[in-house]
Amino acid sequence: MNLRRDVFQAIADPTRRAILLLVASQAMTAGAIAANFDTARPTVSKHLQILTECELLEQEQNGREIIYHLNPQKMKEIADFIEPFRKMWDDRFNKLEAIMKNYKPKK
Amino acid sequence: MERKTKITAEDGKQELVITREFDLPLELLFTAYSEPEIIEQWMDNEVVHHESKKHGSWQFRKKDKDGNVVFSANGVYHAFVPNEKITRTFEMDNTHFPPQLEFFTFESLTEDTSKLTMHVIYKSAALRDEMVKMGMHWGINMAHDRLQEILTKTAK
Repeated sequence: MNLRRDVFQAIADPTRRAILLLVASQAMTAGAIAANFDTARPTVSKHLQILTECELLEQEQNGREIIYHLNPQKMKEIADFIEPFRKMWDDRFNKLEAIMKNYKPKK
Repeated sequence: MERKTKITAEDGKQELVITREFDLPLELLFTAYSEPEIIEQWMDNEVVHHESKKHGSWQFRKKDKDGNVVFSANGVYHAFVPNEKITRTFEMDNTHFPPQLEFFTFESLTEDTSKLTMHVIYKSAALRDEMVKMGMHWGINMAHDRLQEILTKTAK
């Protein structure tokens, strides 16, 4: 099953936030990232996959290795704390608009 | 991406402004704020009480599947002028947030479009920022709810 990844869903997880902090200090391989956690390697790989899918991390092929580095553009987007609030209102107003487009006055 | 909803929140100020243009005639936009059944649909809250007039009071709440109240808010209308404006206080129950003052202005843009401006004033700049950050938590919760829904459907 492939769900579209949501950035805020991605950073809701404490391990994923820790990975972002780690990679922010320097770009590194999946192995080097996993070495910093007690969690099983496949679990870390899953987290990396999620962070890559929502574009918070970028992969770069370096010979036989894949290096992960931070996508500063995407990080900037989430640093803007107004955005989720705006999104919440936007969703609500979209719903209002959809409901009222089908509204039939009771007269 | 379409950005119909705009938010202006200057640093260090205790207010913010939300504006939104709708593909709806002014009268229909206002109806979404005056008819309790419609409010319930788009706000996804139960309207417990709604006295839409000057000095009238209002109360909304939301329950989870098991009937526990997960959100409840109340306030008083200071102005309720159809197709023009609503001025009200808004207070969330069982939280440390004090009431906030909200000015809603409804304007007609064309025959089929309209604009809403929400000017919200908080007790302090810090409380405003805290309230805005809660939007992030809601966003995450909603994302989780959606995920839960999808997973439940897939499992069937």
